[in-house]
Amino acid sequence: MANSVYSICGMCAVRCPIRVEVEDGKVVWIEGNPNDAGMGTSLCAKGIAGRALLYDNERLQHPMIRDGERGSGKWRKVSWDEAYEYITSKLQDIMKEHGGKAIMLSDRGGPFADIRKAFMKALGSPNYTNHDCTCGRNTHHASKSVYGLGRTGLGYDFKNAKHIVLFGRNIVESFKVKEVKSFMQGVKNGAKVTYIDPRAALTASKATRYWQIRPGTDYALLLAIVNVTLKEGLYDKEFVNKYVQGLSDLSNFVKEYTPEWAEKETGIPAEEIVTFCREVSADKPSVIFHPGWHLSRYNDSFYASRMIHIMNVLMGNVEVPGGQFLPKTPKDAGTKGLKSLGANIPKVEDKRADGCGWKYKRFDGGPGLLQLQYEAIDTGEPYPIKAYFVVRHDPLLAMPDPEEQKRILNKLDLIVVVDVNYSETFGFADVVLPESTYLERDTMMRTDKGLKPGFSMRRKAIEPIYDTKAGWEIWTDLANRLGKGEYFPYKSIEDIWNFQLQDTGLKIEDFDEKGFVQVASKPIWKDRDKLEFPTSSGKIEFVSKRLEDEDIPSFMPYTSPQKPAKGEFRLLFGRKGYQTHGQTTNNPIISELMGTNCLWLNTKAAAELGIKDGQEVEVSSNGTTGKIKVKLTDFIHPEAAFMLHGYGRSIPFQTRAYKKGLADQAFMKGLLKVWDKAGGSVSLCESFIKVTPA
Amino acid sequence: MSKYHVEQDISLCIGCLACEAACKDKNSVPEGAFYCKMIEVGPKMMRNIPVINHVYMACFHCEQPWCVDACPTGAMQKRSKDGIVFVDADLCVGCKACMKACPWGVPQWNSATGKVGKCDLCMDRIDQGLQPACVTKCTTGSIKFMSPQAASEKRRRDFAEEMLKRG
Repeated sequence: MANSVYSICGMCAVRCPIRVEVEDGKVVWIEGNPNDAGMGTSLCAKGIAGRALLYDNERLQHPMIRDGERGSGKWRKVSWDEAYEYITSKLQDIMKEHGGKAIMLSDRGGPFADIRKAFMKALGSPNYTNHDCTCGRNTHHASKSVYGLGRTGLGYDFKNAKHIVLFGRNIVESFKVKEVKSFMQGVKNGAKVTYIDPRAALTASKATRYWQIRPGTDYALLLAIVNVTLKEGLYDKEFVNKYVQGLSDLSNFVKEYTPEWAEKETGIPAEEIVTFCREVSADKPSVIFHPGWHLSRYNDSFYASRMIHIMNVLMGNVEVPGGQFLPKTPKDAGTKGLKSLGANIPKVEDKRADGCGWKYKRFDGGPGLLQLQYEAIDTGEPYPIKAYFVVRHDPLLAMPDPEEQKRILNKLDLIVVVDVNYSETFGFADVVLPESTYLERDTMMRTDKGLKPGFSMRRKAIEPIYDTKAGWEIWTDLANRLGKGEYFPYKSIEDIWNFQLQDTGLKIEDFDEKGFVQVASKPIWKDRDKLEFPTSSGKIEFVSKRLEDEDIPSFMPYTSPQKPAKGEFRLLFGRKGYQTHGQTTNNPIISELMGTNCLWLNTKAAAELGIKDGQEVEVSSNGTTGKIKVKLTDFIHPEAAFMLHGYGRSIPFQTRAYKKGLADQAFMKGLLKVWDKAGGSVSLCESFIKVTPA
Repeated sequence: MSKYHVEQDISLCIGCLACEAACKDKNSVPEGAFYCKMIEVGPKMMRNIPVINHVYMACFHCEQPWCVDACPTGAMQKRSKDGIVFVDADLCVGCKACMKACPWGVPQWNSATGKVGKCDLCMDRIDQGLQPACVTKCTTGSIKFMSPQAASEKRRRDFAEEMLKRG
């Protein structure tokens, strides 16, 4: 008889609630956790492929130490003891000479990062970092500058929206199960959808208006939209008068950015822009302008995101059904939150090596910015960084220009990769600690923010198949071996859960029935007449003190993006709904759904170069070259080329992915130093490739 | 008698291929074979929108299946109690007659065993009162498991409501 385990998926960073069936010690079925009404039994292809990952032998199975030069691909299988010994003896030397601050760690953030932050704190290092400089940092900092709230401080009620506006937010392919269900219900209910993207991703097919915008000109379009909205008085005056500071500055700034001007920049007809503005205004406040998820794209993406936030405010859509809502925490429901595992560890006094939070006050110190950590490794300024824990994060895949990264990483004395999969960065590690899959590991408790806040739990469904450990065991073991055991007194996951739950009034058993506990019985909405925002003025700041204090303008004059030279294209990237960026490329099921990538080019632009559909072409960028098949389509802008991310893999152990297709990041030459100075994200769409018939 | 039908609302499908993955996972479908398949068509410009459709193609479980008639060994069968068309792998000799006979390319070749496999609507799940894997896990509820009568009723209702929405 099958046994049900309620848990949390680990196939991507969305971490959906799941129900796992176990029979005779084997996972036989995974589906969405039906106790969660927004989820039901639905599960995406990535989540479904969890069983394929679990029973795949092409994943990390035991600790390894490299047995040759870095990147040589030569490995020695070792015991956990030997791997730990190797790491701790190196770390002790480093800490003796440079202090704990010389150690850095990067992961992919999320609700379970608390234990890794606590580990870094215990070592006395401020250098916990995550992946977000190639993800949502621009959006996050833009949100902070407008509302004082971070990226996750706002949620979207798509289901009840009347008009949803998506600037490249490919919501049906780069999706979260609960969010896309809500979105498709909104569409089914008759919501209008405006999708803006140089490439017609699948979301364009679900839209009621599609604009094939010239790549890199979203900001121009937004400036014109704000211009029309203000000029024609199409905004929610009551809401804006009550809550906004800086409207007249905005108004003066956007005056010159007329729809006619924007048409020349974007290729979108002026009258269509005007019609659109009137249309969304008529539907306010049930209008959502999505501020971007992965908005590490252009040098002005931060300012584009700010304008999106500003449009939401002008629509008065804050804390209303069909618009944006403020996700509530357990505290809002009168319950104390989870206790942080770092609560009893002394504060680290050293400043972050990347300057976030002190040199750059506009950038949150929390996860910092990885490209600036790289700079610190490279220059030894403001102090040397000598060891790097890379935890289920894959910078050589996710960050641009892997060759340049390797040059910098080679300055480190120690690179430890902790992962489930063979990542690209695994190939450059000194020591590899294999983590159990999410189906074989317990994880610390997480907080679920939302209209009905609560907590949830990931429990292992089965014991590890290979010689792997759960993250909590790895960090506890290492802390103990480094003499920091007093801060990690945990002998079991129950010790950790009990520590976290101590103030909440909840017990571990409370999670048995559903896998989660909601602490509010019905949705919590705040009084819309008494909203407060955590900015310095308490208002929504169009003129941002946070920015102005650092001489960063609240309103950045527009700069037209560079046009590609003849035979060149701006390189864009993306993913399908069944891919977790690059993590699933080698998965037995996912690799069958999409085995390789190709290069999308505009039909006419390709014809001018004598390139035919389906033929092989040579792609080059500053000395890096590769061959790939092209797909010609009218549904991509002539200035752009597109490829799916996650291909062109270099680890031979991954036989299904090895050398299949091309790696987009390899062609992003020099982009490690090209980042948005106001928002902090790396500008991943600021590179050009030359394409010639092969 | 054919009792079941998988009905698709194409407008709700996001081409996420959860159905294909769920089928592969549940039925250990061999490499290169797809017992259910989303056929992507488009993009085609319709009312200024580049429309891409994903059409669910599994098995229609015909009342008079060509594949069963074509099978010389009795491997391809129709279950009498509910009309599910399935293969008894022990009896399959890999002649591929069913693959030729089926107008929709439903029977799939298993290159590892040299036999044919196909959608049986996850009949072991149906016998437990559950629904096929593809339907159970569909991300947006685009595919639904129901009787053929309910499917035509649903189509009429969807059409009528769409007319109202368009005003």
